[in-house]
Amino acid sequence: MATRQTQFLARSLLTPAVGLLFVWMIVPLALTLYFSTLHYSLLDPGSEAFIGLENFRYFLTDPAFLASLQNTLVLVGSVLALTILLGIPLALLLDQPVIGRNFVRLMVIAPFFVMPTVSALVWKNLLMHPVSGLFAWLASLFHLTPIDWFNDVPLFAVILIVAWQWLPFATLILLTALQSLDEEQKEAAEMDGASAVSTFIYITLPHLARPITVVILIETIFLLTVFAEIYVTTGGGPGLSTTNIAFLIYSQALIQFDVGSASAGGLVAVVIANIVAFFLVRIVGRNLEA
Amino acid sequence: MARMATRRRVVISTIGAWFFGFLIFFPILWMVLASFKTELEAFAIPPSFLFFQWTTENYATVQERSDYFHHAMNSIIIAGGSTLIALLIAIPAAWSMAFSPTKRTKDILLWMLSTKMMPPVGVLVPIYLIFKTFGLLDSRVGLVFILCLGNLPIVIWMLFTYFKEIPRDILEAARMDGATIGRELVYVLTPMAIPGLASTLLLNLILAWNEAFWTLNLSTSNAAPLTTFIASYSSPEGLFWAKLSAASTLAIAPILVLGWFSQKQLVRGLTFGAVK
Repeated sequence: MATRQTQFLARSLLTPAVGLLFVWMIVPLALTLYFSTLHYSLLDPGSEAFIGLENFRYFLTDPAFLASLQNTLVLVGSVLALTILLGIPLALLLDQPVIGRNFVRLMVIAPFFVMPTVSALVWKNLLMHPVSGLFAWLASLFHLTPIDWFNDVPLFAVILIVAWQWLPFATLILLTALQSLDEEQKEAAEMDGASAVSTFIYITLPHLARPITVVILIETIFLLTVFAEIYVTTGGGPGLSTTNIAFLIYSQALIQFDVGSASAGGLVAVVIANIVAFFLVRIVGRNLEA
Repeated sequence: MARMATRRRVVISTIGAWFFGFLIFFPILWMVLASFKTELEAFAIPPSFLFFQWTTENYATVQERSDYFHHAMNSIIIAGGSTLIALLIAIPAAWSMAFSPTKRTKDILLWMLSTKMMPPVGVLVPIYLIFKTFGLLDSRVGLVFILCLGNLPIVIWMLFTYFKEIPRDILEAARMDGATIGRELVYVLTPMAIPGLASTLLLNLILAWNEAFWTLNLSTSNAAPLTTFIASYSSPEGLFWAKLSAASTLAIAPILVLGWFSQKQLVRGLTFGAVK
């Protein structure tokens, strides 16, 4: 009796959350799917008509799509490489006996808490401005020509900003994983005369394999839709050089008001994200059983 | 001999860690310094690092513009409101899955996680049109609603992992003593869950405060939180570095403090318990 009552209660406690998330997931997605089959422009209201897969054909063959797909992949790949290749040594360093480690940790984690619009504008103006930025001044100290970041290497500039925001995340997770590494195992290896390098390769790195995978997957989910950093620094330009898929869809929807094409693009973005999400969910699910 | 080596190691790693830590923190420090300069000095080449005319004028200017407070208030309402509502919905759900799990609990949890992975841009168009139809564009209610739903999976997950760690023996003991479910919830579960609740609250306040996709797309002025307000400095006529810095410092200061308190929970919350 009591059990059945408990079960009923448990189910009714769960229902609001499940219901809301279900609606949240299904309704917009279904609408996106529906709009993607329509000729639907906000500039031309009343002319909506079913056009099948025409929007997809338009979106996928648009040169802007290929350019933005390439930018998305370069952005995600570079930020992942930077955050992990810098995050591993940084985490190893913070795992050492360091005087004032807690304070150093605070400095390292800080960029993650800065809102994207602030970090993007601070980097764009105070650091990367071609005349009055700090980097320009540093370059002049070494008699180098200052880089005009957002004109000469716009995508790289965006990559640097985003990598700065995500480096703390990678470092913190890798550090947490390092701290759970069994010290005795490492000590035993050292006793047996293993060098620091081979201890790292044969003990530390395998231990980090899983957290690195998790960092890659979670960062990818967020990096696929980098938006604010591009919005406040380059607006996707010059040309299309910093337009990623998220920004392309935004500009089609809210600048060109082409609802149909933007919806088709939105579905493409969902598919790409789902490929990554599939692997992440599997890893998390395996952990749930353990 | 060994002690010598250890001491040298400590010195080297301390110097290294402080150097790189400072390097990473530097852009924030540079921004805070700029906020105390005059506009001319903030722009000056060569830059002055510490020996400039310190002034709090920018903060005064930012405060005088009453719209700063308006946007700060929006941030508080939107981040706070969405987090509180998400908690209200998530607590019963997480409680139910942690203490009365069924065969499907794992699937439900993973499904909830997968909704978080839907890229927001994939549903930008319908959400924008729905908001337009119902007059929710540039309204705080709309943003509270969207951010609440967006963060709900993370809130449920975090609470679930915390609730899972509460020893079940205690609950059973309470049940044996004849406690009803209501009493169990109030007198046994809640006190033990408070640390987990607090860190969930903190992490989600941070996420909602810094959210910059929906806030940029769905608000312009009236409901604009600080993310949107700061973004308005990106226009050419807003080229006031010292004032931008002062407004930015005010915008990130509270969240930086909260974030520093919650850094341990951050790992857990953002990796969905996959890294401990």
